[in-house]
Amino acid sequence: MIFVNGLPAQLPSDARVSLLDFLRDHLRLSGTKKGCNQGACGACTILAGSERILSCLAFAAQFDGQSISTIEGLSVEGVLHPLQRAFVEYDGFQCGYCTPGQICSAIGMRAEVKRGIPSYVTADLLAAAAVDRNELRERMSGNLCRCGAYNGIIDAIIAVDVEVEP
Amino acid sequence: MTPFSYTRASDAADAVRRGGSGQSKYLGGGTNLVDLMRENIEQPITLVDVTGVSTGIEPVVGGGLLIGAGARNTAVAEHRLVRMSYPVLARAILSGASAQLRNMATIGGNLAQRTRCEYFYDDGGSRCNKRRPGQGCDAIDGINRGHAILGVSSACIATHPSDMCVALAALGASVHLHGLTGDRRLPLTEFHCLPADHPEIENVLEPGELITAVELGPLPVASRSTYRKVRDRSSLAFALVSVAAVLKVDGGIVRVVRLALGGVATRPWRASKAEMILLGQPATVEIFRAAAEAELSDAQPSKHNGFKIELAKRTMVAVLTELSTDRGDISHG
Repeated sequence: MIFVNGLPAQLPSDARVSLLDFLRDHLRLSGTKKGCNQGACGACTILAGSERILSCLAFAAQFDGQSISTIEGLSVEGVLHPLQRAFVEYDGFQCGYCTPGQICSAIGMRAEVKRGIPSYVTADLLAAAAVDRNELRERMSGNLCRCGAYNGIIDAIIAVDVEVEP
Repeated sequence: MTPFSYTRASDAADAVRRGGSGQSKYLGGGTNLVDLMRENIEQPITLVDVTGVSTGIEPVVGGGLLIGAGARNTAVAEHRLVRMSYPVLARAILSGASAQLRNMATIGGNLAQRTRCEYFYDDGGSRCNKRRPGQGCDAIDGINRGHAILGVSSACIATHPSDMCVALAALGASVHLHGLTGDRRLPLTEFHCLPADHPEIENVLEPGELITAVELGPLPVASRSTYRKVRDRSSLAFALVSVAAVLKVDGGIVRVVRLALGGVATRPWRASKAEMILLGQPATVEIFRAAAEAELSDAQPSKHNGFKIELAKRTMVAVLTELSTDRGDISHG
């Protein structure tokens, strides 16, 4: 049994089914996207607990008893998550294919910043990172956008987090 | 993907009981193995999930740190003792892959990961001595801009892709193993094999043997250390050249130095020749350059990767200069 956006679901019997295919093809939750299917693009990013991971490189069978969240779980009763609204307002996408992964990734990223995890570009590994645009670009580098909406994506992330310095 | 059965190990002994056969594979974060299974390069009959085994990061009595093989990359880079005492390791891990992949990937899996050589991956169209021993290597006369210049053989020029292992090589880490015949430990620099005539043999693991931990010895000077990675784009890319370095200069003289190179060699490359030249010498750019020249003197470039020789030398000089003049670990995004 796995819990997806708070709801229980039966795991597949075939161990080969990736978490991504399980979400899309078994549960019909097609918000999570399949881009490269080899861990290089970030389109399939979901949240396992509060950690962002790639669902294409995980087997569904590994998540027995665990809770995951997808883009479908972010809005409450039809009201968009603040990051979803910000992506619309700040032109954080054009075609939208990478957007569910970008938004789940950004939510996981903010949790990492709160935990004090440094990035490769953090000057002082022991101090809280000053999360500027350079930091956000590095921390979001696992999500590619072929439309090149990167500036809008960074703007949207900054807009919803007052702790983030523009 | 070939069908397999999935099973989860409760501890190291349980893992080895379940995975002792040659047809089994241990599954860590899956960031490399799942991809290789999808490409039919790896075809295990049984997958033994070891992500819940040995996940702790604990100080060792008398100094040092014991990092469980099941610890995630993020957990190691996040750990306060790693950031404080071994910044070269934290920064090497943070330079690798993406945050999502680091949240999944384990320390044991990082050691056991396989090369990203395009010819190794091209099961349908290219020859590869790692995939099919004795078949030949299409990288040697192919597009080899990303390939190795150190530790190569006439059978293989594939690079070892890890950043973390380069830092571990510089730090003189040791690897703990558990197998059917018991426990053993060995230096990380003896864990990976040079390709020679058998590039299919990549490390010293016996069938069914499991990596259980990586141990860092006490090395107070390592608080002054860093990792610099040079690549085609500034994030989410493998190294063309990388340098892990620990340096202590006292009175203008190099007192302690540990150097290792990534992106240029068939295994994590401890730069012992450079270290020998540096030790006890004045910490000057001229000496740094001489040390880099010595380390790269045996380099064997292929058609497209000769640039790595000069790039490696310059990166070594730049990192040593940085550590000898600055406070230690600083940003170079």
